[in-house]
Amino acid sequence: MPCGRGGPAIAIRLRLVLILALATGIIWISAFAWIEHSTRGKVEHVLDARLAEAATMVSSLISDHRIEVAHAGRSPFPLPLPLHDHAEGYSRQLSCQIWSLDGTLVGRSDGAPDAQLTLTGGAGFSDSVVDGDPWRVFSVINEDIGVRILVGDSVAVRDRLVRDVREGLLLPAALILPVLGLMIWVSVSRGLAPLDRLAANLRARSPSDLSPLPDGPVPSEIRPMRAALDALFARVASARDIERDFTTYAAHELKTPLAGLRTQAQVARMARDAPTREAALRAIETSVDRTDRMVRQLLELAEVERMDLRRDPCDLAALLRDTIAGLAVLSAEGGVTVTARLDDPGPLADTNAFLLQSAARNVIENAILATPRGGSVTVDLQLAAGHHVVTVTDSGPGIPEALRARATDRFVRGPVGRSQGSGLGLAIVASAMDRLGGELVLVPGDGQGQRVDLRLPRSDEADQVPA
Amino acid sequence: MRLLIVEDDEILADGLAVGLRLSGFTADTVGTLADARHALATSAFAGMVLDVMLPDGLGLELLSELRARGDGLPVLLLTARDQVRDRVRGLDLGADDYLGKPFDLEELAARLRAMLRRGEGRARAEMTWNGLAIDPATQSGRQDGRVLAFSRREFAVLQALMEHPGRILSKDVLEDRLYGWQEEVESNTVEVHVHNLRAKLGRGFIRTVRGLGYCLAEEEVRPSRSA
Repeated sequence: MPCGRGGPAIAIRLRLVLILALATGIIWISAFAWIEHSTRGKVEHVLDARLAEAATMVSSLISDHRIEVAHAGRSPFPLPLPLHDHAEGYSRQLSCQIWSLDGTLVGRSDGAPDAQLTLTGGAGFSDSVVDGDPWRVFSVINEDIGVRILVGDSVAVRDRLVRDVREGLLLPAALILPVLGLMIWVSVSRGLAPLDRLAANLRARSPSDLSPLPDGPVPSEIRPMRAALDALFARVASARDIERDFTTYAAHELKTPLAGLRTQAQVARMARDAPTREAALRAIETSVDRTDRMVRQLLELAEVERMDLRRDPCDLAALLRDTIAGLAVLSAEGGVTVTARLDDPGPLADTNAFLLQSAARNVIENAILATPRGGSVTVDLQLAAGHHVVTVTDSGPGIPEALRARATDRFVRGPVGRSQGSGLGLAIVASAMDRLGGELVLVPGDGQGQRVDLRLPRSDEADQVPA
Repeated sequence: MRLLIVEDDEILADGLAVGLRLSGFTADTVGTLADARHALATSAFAGMVLDVMLPDGLGLELLSELRARGDGLPVLLLTARDQVRDRVRGLDLGADDYLGKPFDLEELAARLRAMLRRGEGRARAEMTWNGLAIDPATQSGRQDGRVLAFSRREFAVLQALMEHPGRILSKDVLEDRLYGWQEEVESNTVEVHVHNLRAKLGRGFIRTVRGLGYCLAEEEVRPSRSA
């Protein structure tokens, strides 16, 4: 029988077998209890009737004088009654005693005890204990002759009768139960075969195989799982493709500045005049700075996407002030004035300072780089409609209409002013805002500067799971 | 040799323009496919250095367009994607050569010279005429056992004439070979360069065709030709 190694298949199999075995067992025990109960009732009813019948019969035989009953002084005569059932193990089932009304034992059947079978006076059924054994007794009083006839059944014999019936039922049950157990095991295994096939297929897959599961008839119970697995494969495949594209792009994006560096270095070496050499060396410096920024942003993007999302309170106004201070050198170099107008809407309760800082720095850095010398950048913080909103406005050319939809894609660059960007800044911002449950809005402008809004939910609306 | 460089990275494009100029080419740079189309429509180039990934599309698109309309302009693809299948695709689309980033500037210049030479149907790098042999790689020449040195622009004029001996090249065509867009064209400059060349090569080496331009004098049968 196919056996699923390790995992849920065996657990389901065991559970099913246990449940089925338990249910079958309970049914068997209930049936057995019911049969025993009803057998005992029937047996007692029949045997009681026989007792009464036997007693009445003895009484009528005495009345007809077919049996002479000796009177006082004589030892009890043996009753020649065919009261014995000679079937194996059931001899001496019935015992009969005839007592005179004054209390002398007049006669008794073979094997009947000497002691009075019942001490209860009167006629009818009674239960008694004689010599330690329980008896069931029926009494008849024959007024004509003046005797009382007692016919009794040993309860032990009755019990044996019921026990024999019970054993007759138990023996086949003991033989059938293992067969039933085996049948349950086989049926459950056959029923779980589609699961085993699915598991075998999954085990046989290579790690890079993300194609849908093979076609074929699928039981309706497994269909949802198959569909979920196929959907998972598709998601993983698309994530892998994105990762692969990213790697290809990143390689391209890093090789181009490297090519620029090498070319400029060779130009510096080949140049015969000082100005050409100077220009080449300056280009090398610029290129190293730019490449450094790109590598930093690549690492930052990876960090933003993959870091564990620890949630802490954060004073957004202070964070923005720090960020602007950190960009002071950049803005001074570019001759750009950065103005902050920070209301204090109170700290954000449940957020992540690293992601916030990444988003804020990249937006402000972009604004500074896009702004021509002498221009200005303003950073506002206010509370609007339950959101903390950071608004960064520059006086650069703005993101062109045609580019806006793709502006947050990786490696998509705008026609920026002084310096070519890496095309990663807004991708980092978008990713960070996504993880914080916030929103990045590139507000359409009129070609006079660009306004960027970072909208952060005030508290627990933030999404726990990265998209 | 005037080249069009299509490359969006400013620093690389600048390095290519300056570096190739030092290697004897005249280079114009554009950063987008749209600008490249415009440049090709308005100016004549001997060859093109084309980046594959550009802000407004793939360089391969421009290459396909050129080949689709039967333009045989020699094209060298420049790209960071230099997997075998990328190279095969580029070459199959009609590229003449392929170079992966980062590259050696001198190798690029050598490949461009070879590419342009093939475009002219010449197998040898050296060009010879009338006892003069010039080498575009070193921008120098030899005549009657003497080694001759030329300035970059002198050599550009001489090379243009040597490529098609006997063909008359107008002053405009020669100026086009000498200057990129960014460079200021000085007046009478072609005349000055021809004058200097005649001083080095002998008065009769370059003929002036009145009203048309310049061409090389017909080849004489010389008793002792140096190789």
